[in-house]
Amino acid sequence: MKTLIRNGRVICPASNHDAVSDVLIEDGRIVGVGSGFSASGATVIDASGLIVAPGFIDIHVHLREPGFEHAETIETGTRAAAAGGFTTVCCMPNTKPVNDSAMVTSYIVETASRVSPVRVCPIGAITKGSEGEELASIGSMADAGAVAISDDGRPVMNSRVMRRAMEIARALNLPVIDHCEDLNLTAGGDMHECVDSVNLGLRPIPSASEDVMVARDIILAELTGARFHVAHISTKNSVAMVGYAKQRGLRVTAEATPHHIALHTGHMKPYDSNYKMKPPLRCSTDVEAVLGGIASGAIDCLATDHAPHAGDDKMQEFEKCPFGITGLETAVGVSLEVLVHSGRISLTKLIAMLTCEPARVIGWKGGQARGALTPGYLGDVTVFHPEYPWTFDVAKSLSKSRNSPFSGRTFHGGPIMTIVGGEEKWRAPGF
Amino acid sequence: MGKGLLGIEPLERPEIEQMLERAREFQYHGSGPLPKLNVCSGRLVVNMFFENSTRTRSSFEIAAKRLGADTLSITAAGSSVSKGESLVDTLNTLVAMHPSAIVMRHAASGAPHFLSRHLMTPIINAGDGTHEHPTQALLDARTILDRLGKLDGLRVAIIGDIAHSRVARSNIHLLSKFGADLVLCGPPPLLPPQMASITNGVTLEYDIRKAVKDADVVMMLRVQLERIHEPAIPAGEYFRFYGLRLEHLELAKPHAIVMHPGPINRGREISSDVADSQRSMILNQVENGVAVRMAVLEKVLLQ
Repeated sequence: MKTLIRNGRVICPASNHDAVSDVLIEDGRIVGVGSGFSASGATVIDASGLIVAPGFIDIHVHLREPGFEHAETIETGTRAAAAGGFTTVCCMPNTKPVNDSAMVTSYIVETASRVSPVRVCPIGAITKGSEGEELASIGSMADAGAVAISDDGRPVMNSRVMRRAMEIARALNLPVIDHCEDLNLTAGGDMHECVDSVNLGLRPIPSASEDVMVARDIILAELTGARFHVAHISTKNSVAMVGYAKQRGLRVTAEATPHHIALHTGHMKPYDSNYKMKPPLRCSTDVEAVLGGIASGAIDCLATDHAPHAGDDKMQEFEKCPFGITGLETAVGVSLEVLVHSGRISLTKLIAMLTCEPARVIGWKGGQARGALTPGYLGDVTVFHPEYPWTFDVAKSLSKSRNSPFSGRTFHGGPIMTIVGGEEKWRAPGF
Repeated sequence: MGKGLLGIEPLERPEIEQMLERAREFQYHGSGPLPKLNVCSGRLVVNMFFENSTRTRSSFEIAAKRLGADTLSITAAGSSVSKGESLVDTLNTLVAMHPSAIVMRHAASGAPHFLSRHLMTPIINAGDGTHEHPTQALLDARTILDRLGKLDGLRVAIIGDIAHSRVARSNIHLLSKFGADLVLCGPPPLLPPQMASITNGVTLEYDIRKAVKDADVVMMLRVQLERIHEPAIPAGEYFRFYGLRLEHLELAKPHAIVMHPGPINRGREISSDVADSQRSMILNQVENGVAVRMAVLEKVLLQ
């Protein structure tokens, strides 16, 4: 099977390519970028006036299956991913049961292979049940397809357990992704500690709860030689520490979410749970520091932390509502607005943060290599428009959940076509 | 959508002045039984208390009755909430019975604000978590006015567990709008530094003697043990360093008054001789509670 994508402006940051060209995909893999490819026997896609990029990769999503199918399923979550321009998503292990064994990992891989339009790579738990005590079956999960380990949402508090996990992860060459939060410092908090949290009478989550764990994990990464990846970085000090760790040559990487760069505490509607997530929206100084970290390279990639929750769960007293918002369908629109249209980074750099950079964080090799339009790589392509105006209507979201603070917001530029293994999986209405 | 009373912070000074003035007219100075007015007859007020309360609930009930409104009081223990119903569902059930207003107390900050976005019925906040308790601030202001004749330019010390106090927040917002000088005082874990920035005219003090110095009003707060998951300061140290005693009052202005929203813990945040002294306004506050809540209910019910 052949697919020829013609006349688009092809931008592949990994190979420094930026020119109007064609992309040929055959038998699910990239054949090459250039011109003069024969169209005979190929499905031809006209991308005139559009940007053609390697398929976007989101290394931090929650698909909720197994266990929380009322909020999202692998099928609905990955359909939302395709509509957001993502061709690969990595799903966190906080399902029910927790993905702490090869059995659950295989269940996710097999279900995804039947129902998902995009590629799904599970992230295994660090500890059994993500309870922070006994290590999970990390090697078996890796054999079954897990690409990283994390106890996202229920971070490992015991530093000795984290050290052992990093030692094992290093031997298996898996990154350790940590949701850096000292739960004792957070102490059941609901909102970033600031004047607003004090005024609204909401229990505070201090920036320090993130900072102390980022510091600990960097020290443990140095001790063990492991690859340590900071999930959803949100504070000034954390960004500075990751930058310092990189200067010292440690294998430390970090991701930022679109909502943590687009919104700060001043944007919150009081007691509206569509603004409640972990880490919480921080103050404008932290947001500025995260943006600075993106520009400087301290932060490697973007990731959505897509966290669907059923309407009933989010329609409660603020302190009772679960943490998290959806993000797959708005990620590209938000990132273009905050990073590119504002002039903070180039379009090429944004594409890198959605393609070759997350690919490097995970480290896909050989037949699994992705994130660039290199011959032999997986034939995944995202076609997007950098400017056309569209308005996000959460009621029309392909996700099963509706918890987004971006509903009604107009963006300029967004995904047009999502191509996985040479097959068109999604196309924007009207294109 | 009907307008209730969710908090003091969003109010303008004239709205507050109007309610305080109306409350003065509702004050009762006679000796016989309380006269009953019928200005709100035919209106139904539902008191929905998801948290225990004696004085606020009975005060709202008496206020509604004196205005001639019908009242229905529900406490969480006897309600469908204890059977696992969600807050929105419980309130929707009540709204289907067409009350004119819902008076609500809830342990979660912002619970009435969240509900007001989904319900048409006006909600009067009778205390939400650690956020606001607007009628308490109004009755405190009424009490200060009765005794000292003005609010602007006064030096008011608020002492105790500021972090967990909705009374403190509502009072800070109200008094600041009137140009009072506010000094907040308490043990550091119960007095977050950000408190100094929530509005104008607020300073923080960790020494009770400095806080009460030259004060016109000393407001004591209850130590809210039920909201503190870990002791911020050993119990024995609390009274020693932050309990109000007669010796402290000597540092305040000669006419200074002492207030407490109740219930008081004698020997924990206030000594008995202060609580029972001539300067103590504790019972005046309770009495003004009815007048102020009449003014609030009348405003909401007759809008």
